[in-house]
Amino acid sequence: MNIARHVLNCTKFARHSANINCTRKFYTSQHLKMSRHTHSKRIAGLDKNVWVAFTSLAADPSVVNLGQGFPDIPPPFYVKEALAKAACVDRMNQYTRGFGHPSLVKALSQVYGKVCERQIDPLKEILVTVGGYGSLFSTMQGLVEEGDEVIIIEPFFDCYVPMVRMAGAKPVLIPLRLKPGKRQTITSADWFLDPDELSSKFNSKTKAIIINTPNNPIGKVFTRDELQVIADLCIKHDTLCFSDEVYEWLIYRGHHHIKIATLPGMWDRTITIGSAGKTFSVTGWKLGWSVGPEHLIKHLQTVMQNTLYTCPTPLQATVAQGLLLNFELMGQPECYFSSLAEELEGKRDRMAAILQEVGMTPVIPEGGYFMLVDVTSLNQDLSHMVDDDDAAYDYKFVKWMIKEKKLAAIPVTAFVGDESKKQFEKYIRLCFIKQDSTLDAAEAILKNWSKI
Amino acid sequence: MSGRLHAHRTDGVDKNVWVEFTKLAADYKAVNLGQGFPDFSPPKFVQEAFCKAVNGGPLMHQYTRVYGHPSLVKSLSKFFSRIVGHEIDPFEDVLVTVGAYQALFCAFQALVDKGDEVIIVEPFFDCYQPMVKMAGGKAVYVPLRPKAEGDTVESSGDWVLSPEELSSKITSRTKAIVINTPNNPLGKVYKTVELQMIADLCIKHDMLCISDEVYEWLTYDGAQHVKIASLPGMWERTITIGSAGKTFSATGWKVGWAMGSGNVIKHLKAAHQMSVFDCATAAQEAVAQGFEREYEVFGTPESYFQQLPAMLQHKRNKLASCLQSVGLQPIMPEGGYFIIADISSFKVNDQSTEDEPDDFRFVKWMIKEKGLATIPVSAFYSPEHSKEFNKYIRFCFVKEDSTLDAAEDILRNFSQ
Repeated sequence: MNIARHVLNCTKFARHSANINCTRKFYTSQHLKMSRHTHSKRIAGLDKNVWVAFTSLAADPSVVNLGQGFPDIPPPFYVKEALAKAACVDRMNQYTRGFGHPSLVKALSQVYGKVCERQIDPLKEILVTVGGYGSLFSTMQGLVEEGDEVIIIEPFFDCYVPMVRMAGAKPVLIPLRLKPGKRQTITSADWFLDPDELSSKFNSKTKAIIINTPNNPIGKVFTRDELQVIADLCIKHDTLCFSDEVYEWLIYRGHHHIKIATLPGMWDRTITIGSAGKTFSVTGWKLGWSVGPEHLIKHLQTVMQNTLYTCPTPLQATVAQGLLLNFELMGQPECYFSSLAEELEGKRDRMAAILQEVGMTPVIPEGGYFMLVDVTSLNQDLSHMVDDDDAAYDYKFVKWMIKEKKLAAIPVTAFVGDESKKQFEKYIRLCFIKQDSTLDAAEAILKNWSKI
Repeated sequence: MSGRLHAHRTDGVDKNVWVEFTKLAADYKAVNLGQGFPDFSPPKFVQEAFCKAVNGGPLMHQYTRVYGHPSLVKSLSKFFSRIVGHEIDPFEDVLVTVGAYQALFCAFQALVDKGDEVIIVEPFFDCYQPMVKMAGGKAVYVPLRPKAEGDTVESSGDWVLSPEELSSKITSRTKAIVINTPNNPLGKVYKTVELQMIADLCIKHDMLCISDEVYEWLTYDGAQHVKIASLPGMWERTITIGSAGKTFSATGWKVGWAMGSGNVIKHLKAAHQMSVFDCATAAQEAVAQGFEREYEVFGTPESYFQQLPAMLQHKRNKLASCLQSVGLQPIMPEGGYFIIADISSFKVNDQSTEDEPDDFRFVKWMIKEKGLATIPVSAFYSPEHSKEFNKYIRFCFVKEDSTLDAAEDILRNFSQ
């Protein structure tokens, strides 16, 4: 049936739709000084985004995508099954408790209660959010404002700086630095924070420091001593600590994830952020959480109730089940929290070996699912890329690599401030939580690198 | 820790009527006609679509496009272009959000600066006020007022905006007006002539219009939902907000959208990418399939958009006559999920709530003493006008017959 006639026959809409077309043309041509319709100041300059830029470039199906950080391996089967079942339960399709579905906050308090060795109140000390991202946002909006300074360690997950800015505060950056000296293999442990340099960044305006361990993109897993240095400064200057620990389970042999909130004096001033997406390889579920003391969490809850109110119910119910299942298995090889790390360690080692063979220098990560690669030794001439003249070397390199080699990565200077660009512009970031066929394809490209 | 911890933007926005009353209803195990969600399931075709999505390939469980899953933005723009009479670009003119709630949040964050004024028509869905406040804006209120007293049962259509009163509230700092049609809690469905009056003012004063249309399919007695964005000159300045939760009776999925001219939507996109980045993939895919199916059967008796309002109209009528029979005066809603009733003929004796407004007292008493939960309507009014409107309580009738029967039993035993 002709669409126009069909619409006109739908009595609900017949009256107004018939007359629109003639008058519409008149008004739109007359148009509109929309001069007052400018956006708010808080979103100024926030529209640029490395993901939006590089994801579309990498979307070409012929490109092997080791760029954006999501698995192309399936999540554990029980998690998909549980979700399909949850959707069949009536109540699971309607609103649940705003600050977190009861079964989920209870499961979180059990898991983290065990890990932190403390009682965690599921209703007052936990907030469920839309991904780790949503937790970061609720934290910034709830606790940070104009006049505050927030210390951010470079390289940082790229949203930290714009979120601090959107909250009206000033980001204060400090880079991780590579320990001097020649070595056979570089690992993320060779990158460190200079304690004196860090100390110099704290002042009376410092509201918080953001740490990310395991770190994205380097993969550094902060040691207890390193965290103690940060904790001492937080206590000395009475600042808060926002600890992004979304990759907390992805720790490789010989290393341990330490929660800064468990250090003396830190529970009362720390928000710890976690992610179902990274925990269960379901980034598309967009569920995360903030854990901390009631006097901080309550402000994040206020933000939540004024931003999106509640998270999807069936997803929360399912994550709760996944957490409880693995809580029972903790310490055993079947526990997904450790079995995923084991699987990824193999992929990490394979990736590193291929890169070394080809003459690139990988930074072996202690945790997480990314690997930095130093491309200096390739000596790739990019002077022909005139359109991107003022872009950093790694941006140009990645664009060139996607186009010429059909391999996608992410430029690391996306994760640092202007002053540190020179220090990081020879690095690109590869994601290795990919199935074997993807890694095979990447290997083929890398092995053929020097051939035209 | 010493000193002030929280940001000023959270001052004064921490109280929340839902948190308070949902807890109370749960504590007393009350028959819950309070919070607005169905206690029946979503339609089969949409539940099946969700299961299918969940069992889809691995990409169904990983990040999707930031501004909305491609299949969803395409099906939304296809569906609504036909209704609005304007070609909607799926990638420029549509933003998918975590429920309509987050679409509202993005709209205020993206467009309201400190000192901007936003006109809110009362009674209003309670989140508009704290969201405007959190964005640093100033809320300016204009109430819908009942036309005249009379013996006949009032209808939501009898509550109107005074053009003079509305006009008098506009200043050089007025950035936008927020309307909600069908309205929560009153149920008013704005007529074309009423929307035209608002549109004329928007154009004259170069204001934006945020139109919350989450209940767009739920109109009764032949009332027609009109989209203000479809009026001449309004597409370019209107943000129309919709909800999969209300459309498909799946409020727990939290999928919503904002639609409008790309020039305006692009700012909401920036706010969105800063706050959640993107929305859950599988639920978006299921909603996309839901809209594809409705596109094919639109206007036919098979359409859920016809079946749901038909079913709800019966429930509305049943509850309304029960309320009348016990001396509560209902105001018949032309649309939406709710019916409000005048409680003036009842007096509550509970000293613990003496300081609270009459409707809050009545609702609390009814939960504790009668086991029936509702929501006080003055929660949907500004502080300056709430005293004029504290004699109404709100019932949600989007419930299974068994729930409504249980509520009716309680009401019939009132006088005892």
